[in-house]
Order: sequence, then structure tokens, then C-alpha cells
Amino acid sequence: MANHSLALRHQFEDVAQQKDASTLGMWIFLATEILFFGGMFCCYTVYRSSYPHAFGIASNHLEVLWGAVSTVVLICSSYFMACSVNSAATGYRKALVGFLVLTILLAVAFLVIEMSEWYLLYKEGLMPGVNFTYKGIDPGHVQLFFCMYFAMTGLHASHVTIGIVILIILAFRAYADVFTPAYYTPVEISGLYWHFVDLVWIFLFPLYYLIARHLQG
Amino acid sequence: MITATVEARDNYLTHEYGVKSWLLTKDHKRIALLYLASITFFFFLGGIFATIIRLELLTPPGDLVSSQTYNKLFSLHGIIMVFLFLIPSIPATLGNFLVPMMLGCKDLAFPKLNLLSWYIFVVGGLFVLYAMLIGGVDTGWTFYVPLSTSYANTYVILTAVGVFITGFSSILTGLNFIVTVHRMRAPGLTWFRLPLFIWSTYATSVIQVLGTPVIAVTLLLVALERGFHLGIFDPALGGDPVLFQHLFWFYSHPAVYIMVLPAMGVVSELVSTYSRKKVFGYKFVAFASVAIAILGFLVWGHHMFVAGQSVYASMVFSMLSYLVAVPSAIKVFNWTATLYKGSISYDTPMLYAFGFIGLFTMGGLTGTFLASLGFDVHVTDTYFVVAHFHYIMVGGTMMAYLGGLHYWWPKISGRMYPEGWAKLSALVVFLGFNLTFFPQFIMGYLGMPRRYHAYPEEFQVYHVLSTAGASVLAVGYLIPAMYFIWSLRYGPIAPDNPWRATGLEWQTSSPPPPDNFEITPVVTHEAYDYSVVEEMTVG
Repeated sequence: MANHSLALRHQFEDVAQQKDASTLGMWIFLATEILFFGGMFCCYTVYRSSYPHAFGIASNHLEVLWGAVSTVVLICSSYFMACSVNSAATGYRKALVGFLVLTILLAVAFLVIEMSEWYLLYKEGLMPGVNFTYKGIDPGHVQLFFCMYFAMTGLHASHVTIGIVILIILAFRAYADVFTPAYYTPVEISGLYWHFVDLVWIFLFPLYYLIARHLQG
Repeated sequence: MITATVEARDNYLTHEYGVKSWLLTKDHKRIALLYLASITFFFFLGGIFATIIRLELLTPPGDLVSSQTYNKLFSLHGIIMVFLFLIPSIPATLGNFLVPMMLGCKDLAFPKLNLLSWYIFVVGGLFVLYAMLIGGVDTGWTFYVPLSTSYANTYVILTAVGVFITGFSSILTGLNFIVTVHRMRAPGLTWFRLPLFIWSTYATSVIQVLGTPVIAVTLLLVALERGFHLGIFDPALGGDPVLFQHLFWFYSHPAVYIMVLPAMGVVSELVSTYSRKKVFGYKFVAFASVAIAILGFLVWGHHMFVAGQSVYASMVFSMLSYLVAVPSAIKVFNWTATLYKGSISYDTPMLYAFGFIGLFTMGGLTGTFLASLGFDVHVTDTYFVVAHFHYIMVGGTMMAYLGGLHYWWPKISGRMYPEGWAKLSALVVFLGFNLTFFPQFIMGYLGMPRRYHAYPEEFQVYHVLSTAGASVLAVGYLIPAMYFIWSLRYGPIAPDNPWRATGLEWQTSSPPPPDNFEITPVVTHEAYDYSVVEEMTVG
């Protein structure tokens, strides 16, 4: 209990104000992030509505199973993140550290799956700019699909990576017993960020993997 | 003006010394000064490019620089002035300095983040400078594809990455301001007691937070496309170059309001203080800022009337663009109404405020010309457009920025500037500005295209006038730079409230102590209540 007054920075009047401010700051940051991804979702929408057939063909080159597995992995990591916040709020230090580690492991697993998928696409000659040898129907627009795929999943993966770094720092600080039920704002706002990253994937998965199941016959 | 004797008190400038105390400061006032120094550097750098441009245009043939060099000159002038000077100008310097003081709190909500914003800005600026030194960029500040992605053989990626990085500085500053306004107001300081500068800064911050990420991601896509030969905006590979323009202007039109809204906030403060009256229709002026921020997001298509967008889209964008004139006009009329029966004093900041109102009105009215579909087709990409946006950006923002800098200089530096020189330079700036840019309306209307380094002889007379005006304007900008520096050492000591103004920032010492206030102020009055100040100065 003693160290939470140390955590109050001088510009704030009290702990409640500090917590309110940090949380609001994170929500505003997430609004920025929505617009950040929004620009790319806008490109995706325009091109998919212009070239639905090419996007369908291209979509079937992605591995739905692995996409689904990585979705489950990410949702589970989000669940453990929520558990971490809960443990922080109730003051269970060991549980907090444990849940944070689980969250990190699943996040790493997600990245491994995604990078394997990238590697397979590279081998197949479907990585625009690096190795693109697709010679089937409408190669120009199929390439456009993969441009958007790599740009958007890449941007998402960079967010996951940043998230992992943040979570590792949090885990170390939790291990050092920095957080108390009166002061765990960093855990809470990192949780908000992590759920956001998860949520972006929830949109990416169907938009890239599931749009053309009917074309497979 | 009040003069007073002030004993030496601990203030934010003398609290700590040394380079390290500045580079690691978390004090919003010091960070404001770090920004002030950096953007002043960029302003004069952008000014040098403008000078060479105007010299080239003195004569019809392209004799001073090659066409390629000319392209680089106007590109760097635009990029530096827009992204590295105008967008951070008022928010990052005056805003940083004033927002916590006007709210009666010790600092912004996130001081470390504030310092980080400055470092991000500097890193982005260094990218642009590096690109400039090794060869520059020639796409114009708009980075239009496919020129930027496929054809330009200059340092587009470096420059785009630089702009991308400075964008985050802008986002984080906006975020910091929004949280501070929401959560850090002094006791009694309700939303409708806030100074109008806060309202306009708040509206600006919303644009920064919601608009900037879109241009960031767009420039990221341009850099990726150029670096990896992707086809996102390349028609040869199925992409759509018009989509780039949509995304670019979705930010870059609201960016104009990032530049002009804080300027409007400054003018509201100045007009009220120097006419010693409450701003007429406070709530209308406050909500006009919010309305401009919202409408600003809905008008980007008026940059694309000739870019091949659907004619129906153009009609809608045209009508929405006219709507922006409504809140803008509310502000101009309310400032004028504030002057009515006020006791007006013509101190330097007020001269700049008058300059702003006149020039902004000109710029705004020609904006409505450009919003009309038929007329716009006639003057698209001519000097008419150049003149229009310089009236807003230089005539508007720059005038208010200088006015604000003079007005708050006693608070920032603790010294008064020399009033005579300041009035003279305000006059020189006003005359020089009009001489530079008014002829551009005429030559644009007559058909002089923008971005050409050679032109037919019949336009020469306008170009000569414009170049002459630019020289006058340059003098007008150099004089304040000199006397501001002079005043740091030799200016008379400033009293705490030299203008008998009402804001909380005037209730603390000049310069303020590191934590702004000895005790947290409690607000019991509406903004601009001059009866309170009269009592205080008498008592």
C-alpha cells in the first residue's frame, strides 16, 4: 500500500485523476489506431468491391485452417490478458505474472503461425515485390489482393510485436511487485491495447480467409 | 500597458540550468520553447526556398535554376512549411505553453509523452533534412501517385518516412491536450468558462488524433509501393491513383483546420483583451470551432473536382464545402461584434489580430469561389489556388502566430518586446503579404499555372510585384526574430499581467514558476470577465 503514493505523478491532484487520465489517453490512442487501420480497410473495401472475383480466387490461396488456429490462439491470449487485469485488480501477484506469461506465449505462437504462413506464400510465389510468379486468372488484381494482405497483416503483426514488448516489461514489473489493487493502471491500459490488437485480427481473418469459400466447390 | 517592479522569483527558466536540463525536461513550458526553436529553424529554412522560388519567377525564362531544381524547391518549401512549421506552429508552441496554464494545472496529463513528441518531431525533421541534403524530393508536398511511386527519381521514401514520423508527434500532442482538457481543469473551470483558445485547441486536437493516422498509413503505403514495387496505387497493376488522393486529402484538408483553428483561438483572446469586452456570443464561437472540426472531415473531395471523381460526389463535396463558410463567418462576425463599443487599444498583438481578420476573410471568401464547381475548373492548379491557401495559411495562421507570440512573450520570457519596432514590423508584414499574394489572385485568374518555373511575358508584371512583396515580407519576419532575441537580455522586465487580461495564465508570475501556480487557482467567473481584473489591479 505504501508505494502507491509514490506512483502519483506531480501534475495530478490524486490517484483517481491519474487513472482516469491514463485510461482516457489510451482510448483516444485506440481511436487513432482505428483510423490508422481504417485507411487500409478503406483501400481493401474499394478494391474488393471493384475486383470481387480476383479477390475470391486469391483468398483461396490462404490456409483457412491456420488462419482459424491463429484466431483461436489470439482470442485465448486476449482471455488471459483479461485474467491478468483481474488478478492485478485483486492483488494476486503470482497469478498476474502467470497470466501475463501465458498471454505472451500465445502472442508469440500467433506470430510464429503467421510468419510460417508468410513463408509458405513466399515459396508459392505469392509475395508481391519479392517473389510473385502467379500466372493464373487476372494476375494484376490477385497481386493487389496480396499487396493488401501483406500490408495489413504486416501492420497488424508489428502491433502484436509492440504488444509483446509491452507485456514483457509489464511481466517484469509485476514480478518486482510494482502493482497493487490501488495502482495497476499500466496493466489495465495495456489490456485495452491488447484487446484492440485482437479485435483487428477478428476483422482481418474473415476479410482475407473466408470471403470465397463458395468458390472452392 | 502596466509596468511594474518585480523581484526575482524562482521561475521555469532559472529553476535549472544546462543543456541536459532542457533536453530532458518534462516541463510543458520548456518543451514549448524547444518546439519554438525547432519550428523557427524550419520556418526560415522554408523561407529560403520561397526566396529562391520568387527570385526565379522574377523573369519569364527559367534562367536561375533548372526545372528539376525548381520542382525540388517548391516541394521542400511546401513539405517543410506545412508539416514542420504550420502544423506544429501554434499548438506545439503556444498550445504547449498555455494549455496547462489556462486550465490552472501544473502540467499536461502526460509530460513524458510530451517530451517524446518533441523528439519524434525532431527525428522526423532530420529525415526530411537528410533527404534534402542528399538530393531533395520533387513530388510537391502532396506526394501524388504515380509520380511519387513510379516516376520520381528523388528521395521520396526518406521524405515520406520523415513526414510519417512527425505525424506521430502531432497525434501524441493532440492526445495529450484532449486528456488534459478533460481531466485536469482547475476547480470551478467548467467547459463554458474555458478560454476560447482552449476550445479551438481542443477541436484541433480532435482533428490531429483522427486525421493524422490516415495520412500516416497512406504515406506508409506509398513508401511500401515504391520500395517493393507493389501495385496498391499503380493503375498498371490494378491499383487506383484516385484512391490515393482520397486518402491524402481526407487528412490534408482537415490539416488546413489544424493550422487555422488554433489561430482563431489566439485571435479570440486578442480581440477580447484589447477591446476589454467579453467575446460576443461565446458559445457560438466555441461551437463554431467544433463545427469546423467536424465539417472539415467531410469536404476533402473539393480538391479532386478535376481528378476524375464522380460528378455527383463533386456536387455533394461542393455543397458541404460551402457549409464550412458558416462557422467561419460566425467567428469573423462575432469578433467584429466584440469590437463594437469596446475600448480598443492598438497594441502590436491587436494589429496582428486585425490583420488576421482581414486576410482570413479574403482567404475564406476565395475559398467559397473554389468550392463552386464551374469556377474551380477554370482556376484549378493556377496561382489563384496558391494565393487562396497562402491567405489562409500565411495571412491567417502566421499573423495569429506572430500576434500570439507578441501577446504571450512577456509571460514566456519575462521581458517586454520593443513596442515601436513591433508595430512597424506588423505593418511591414501586412503590406508585404498583400503585395506578395494579391497579384497571384489576378495572374491565377488570367491563367498562370502553379509549379512552373518559366512563364509567358504578359505575367511578368504580377510576378515582379509578388517578388517585391516577398522581399518586404522577409524583412517583416526578420525584424521580430531580431528584437525577440534582443528583448531576452535588454527588454524591460514584464509585469505579471501587462495587458490586464483575464486568463489564468496572467494570474501567475512572469515567467511562471516550474509548477505554474503557487496554489491551484479556483475559478469563480466566466471567461473574459474584465470586472474581476479591474478589482484585482485596484486592490
